[in-house]
Amino acid sequence: MVDTYAGCGIAIWADSVPAPTEPKHAATGPGHNFAGQRESCSCRAFAAAGLPPLHDAETMAGKPAANTFPRLLRANAEHLGDRPAYREKEFGIWQTWTWSEVAEEVRHLALGLRSLGLDRGDRFAIIGDNRPHLYWSFTAGQAIGAIPVPCYQDSVAEEIAYVCEHAGVRIAVVEDQEQVDKLIEVRDRLPELQAIVYTDPRGLERYDEVEGLVDLAAVAEAGKGLHGRDPEDYEREVARGRPTDIAAILYTSGTTGRPKGVLLTHTNLIEPARRAVKFDSLTYGDEVLAYLPMAWVGDFVFSIAQCHIAGFCVNCPESPETVLTDLREIGPTYYFAPPRIFENMLTSLMVRMENAALLKRRLFSYFLGVARRVGCDILDGNRVNPLQRLQYAVGNLLIYAPLRDVLGLGRIRVAYTAGEAIGPDVFRFFRSLGINLKQLYGQTEASVYVTIQADAEARADTVGATFPGVEVRIQDQEVQFRGDGVFQGYYRDDDATAKSMTEDGFVRTGDAGYFDEAGHLRIVDRAKDVGALTDGTLFAPKFIENKLKFHPWIREAVAFGHQRDMACCMINIDLEAVGDWAERRGIAYSGYTDLARQKEVYELVRGAIREVNADLGQDPALRGSQIRRFLVLHKELDADDGELTRTRKVRRTVIGQNYGELVEALYTGRDSCRVAAEVTFEDGRRGTIEADVQIWDVDEAAPVAAAA
Amino acid sequence: MKREIGSGPPVTALENIHLSFGGLRALQDVSVAVQPRERLAIIGPNGAGKSSLFNIISGIYTASSGVVRHKGQERPPRMKPYQVARLGIARTFQNIALFPGMSALDNIMTGRNSLMRRGILSEALQLGWARRQEIEHRRRAEEIIDFLEIPSVRRTPVGELPYGMQKRVELGRALAAEPELLLLDEPMAGMNLEEKEDMCRFILDVNEIHGTTLILVEHDMGVVMDISDRVAVFDYGRKIADAAPDDVRRDQTVIDAYLGTAHEH
Repeated sequence: MVDTYAGCGIAIWADSVPAPTEPKHAATGPGHNFAGQRESCSCRAFAAAGLPPLHDAETMAGKPAANTFPRLLRANAEHLGDRPAYREKEFGIWQTWTWSEVAEEVRHLALGLRSLGLDRGDRFAIIGDNRPHLYWSFTAGQAIGAIPVPCYQDSVAEEIAYVCEHAGVRIAVVEDQEQVDKLIEVRDRLPELQAIVYTDPRGLERYDEVEGLVDLAAVAEAGKGLHGRDPEDYEREVARGRPTDIAAILYTSGTTGRPKGVLLTHTNLIEPARRAVKFDSLTYGDEVLAYLPMAWVGDFVFSIAQCHIAGFCVNCPESPETVLTDLREIGPTYYFAPPRIFENMLTSLMVRMENAALLKRRLFSYFLGVARRVGCDILDGNRVNPLQRLQYAVGNLLIYAPLRDVLGLGRIRVAYTAGEAIGPDVFRFFRSLGINLKQLYGQTEASVYVTIQADAEARADTVGATFPGVEVRIQDQEVQFRGDGVFQGYYRDDDATAKSMTEDGFVRTGDAGYFDEAGHLRIVDRAKDVGALTDGTLFAPKFIENKLKFHPWIREAVAFGHQRDMACCMINIDLEAVGDWAERRGIAYSGYTDLARQKEVYELVRGAIREVNADLGQDPALRGSQIRRFLVLHKELDADDGELTRTRKVRRTVIGQNYGELVEALYTGRDSCRVAAEVTFEDGRRGTIEADVQIWDVDEAAPVAAAA
Repeated sequence: MKREIGSGPPVTALENIHLSFGGLRALQDVSVAVQPRERLAIIGPNGAGKSSLFNIISGIYTASSGVVRHKGQERPPRMKPYQVARLGIARTFQNIALFPGMSALDNIMTGRNSLMRRGILSEALQLGWARRQEIEHRRRAEEIIDFLEIPSVRRTPVGELPYGMQKRVELGRALAAEPELLLLDEPMAGMNLEEKEDMCRFILDVNEIHGTTLILVEHDMGVVMDISDRVAVFDYGRKIADAAPDDVRRDQTVIDAYLGTAHEH
């Protein structure tokens, strides 16, 4: 049913790929063995087989400590030589590299990069989608003491120029023509950039006049030659590395201002990741899908650090458009996704179910009810009466298991979400299906981990207990932490570094939060965003925005109210969900802008806001900050226009400036406003969208039980 | 990268072709030839005979008189389309002619039909030799999918794909035959600007990387002038011009045929 090459008609294509030599109790390849994997995760099989966990004190006794990434790689090549380390789907087939193959590739690449003039301490950029060769360039660079600086692959040339210039990169290792073009565009601002190394030669045949443009294969070939002449060369380089060396500079997308380069050492990245591997008992039997930006600390920790520590396999999707298919084929056992992805999964699932046949719809909604009542309790191991257990088992057979499979979450053992608050309904939905979804709270400055939820302690409204080895405290509402994951400072920005630390060595997160009675951290909002209405009512914009966004029709929301007499908001509708809703009602529209100004859509959004108001009305402290007026924006907020960060967080101040007229119109009682917004298209051209935006009122929810 | 147009015998040459349907003369005394690696565009108003010309080259129509040559050799007068395909000539159609219920991948695989050599029995039993062949064909199909950047729709029935995407799959099927000569009948029709830009890039890449000779019929003059080496202009079944794009643009007969003659009062 879930053959990787299913639908080929003939299964020979699949058979034609020699499976890597693996222990026979292991998965022979992704996707071939969904059935039966669910009950007994491969990791347990390994434990049962008595295989030692990697890099433990015992196994590493008498060997040089695996305390830098190149040393971890060497240890894996020794212990797990024939196990798969990286996979990439190419020409429709999952190509596999074993740990010993990766070690060899990295060795050649390291010497090759050095021959291009990359020296110890030099910075080099890595830009592209998740590709094995790009991951290897991280380790290759680290092996010769150079510092990788990954950039967000969907950044425009200007943003890449800023990071490369600020970091002073000597070499850029990039994926393809698209990235090469961006670098060429801004090259005159990067005098230190000596070479651009690409992994995909497609379309670059005509670039022979570009100076310093090199194929990665040629770099590796040169490195291979160097290794042949002096086989000890690479090991000497690795031996020179110290765990206290900077392992990477990760530029934070930054909700305010320019990105800052976070300096992290090998120890910073390895030690917390090692504890997290232990926390969830990750082993080399696990599988992950690497699809989140390589420039993001999370991807570094999951797809490089933990992959090297636990020795599990990192699977790179064929292309960003095929991620969902690839997810299903791989069936990862360990998975991370920001809340947005889970929300999108749920939204598109619900849209598809609405169009399903009546019987299916009935079955689905009945068993979803069962799951909602007992699913989470069963997952948490709480007491559930046998009849309900039976119902759930039937539901699992008919609905939940097929559903998990369709979503590609059929083999999940541990899944995490972080970065933003997740909607309680979304969170509970996935857990009730039997997917072990948990939350963690982290920062680039902490090498991710600050707090984490243990298996039976997952809740939608907290981000878990303090992570092992980290100290967390609340000072003036602000969450602060310290531990061995704490960064070394911002690159070339001592001011910002000084501001981010307290005198006793705690890092200020800038988030307001508190620990509940169970010792779990709750995040309320950005500390600086928490404000007040003119009458003194507490106004927590992100809290309100999140509540709005949990509604399926609403994709983004921006709330205003600080030092104003009432709370108002701007809404971005979810084009997929609302579009489908409109189509089924015969409402014609030509695109986002047209759909967003329909009266029916305004009614829909007003309904959603009323629900949020009712919710806010329950809370005595927030009752006064109910939404009184709203508008639906005529364009989608976009990172290319600076309105969202690259990780898609709302930049409230930028939006407040760009749409100043609209904000004023919200507060002056007008019922419509004409605006022109500047947009940046994907190819970098600019244009404007003009529209009349309506502004509607919403009534406040009746005060609950106040009179009674 | 420098591309050199071959100077030897033309890949395909039509000499003094006449074609009539009853009393209607679709083509009159047409001679046109295309050199290896050349990009030849054929333009003309509706009914000028462009598609008829394609149909003669691909063996769907038989000329009333005249000779078709393949690399200098005269082709037998009544060649069937499948025989023409085996000469290394592939085409796309003005109205997409894919199998709508089949996936993009399967449609592209059908393009390999002319290259497949095996019996029904060995195929049905998946004997080693037939298996190896199938794998090789699938690999080539996958390379085309990668080249045309359509892996995300590999498994999607083409009937469900947007129009521009279907055009791309159709090009993929033609490429699957590994043609020496590719006939493109209005490859940009009905596309938006972005889709046209993509299509142009694919067509140029096919020509420059694989050295495939191209004849394209196209109405978008911008595209024609940008990507072709030579333009042949047709009107009422006759060839009225055959020259480099810039010369054709200035040619008075062409201007008259396209824009109508200015009448003096």
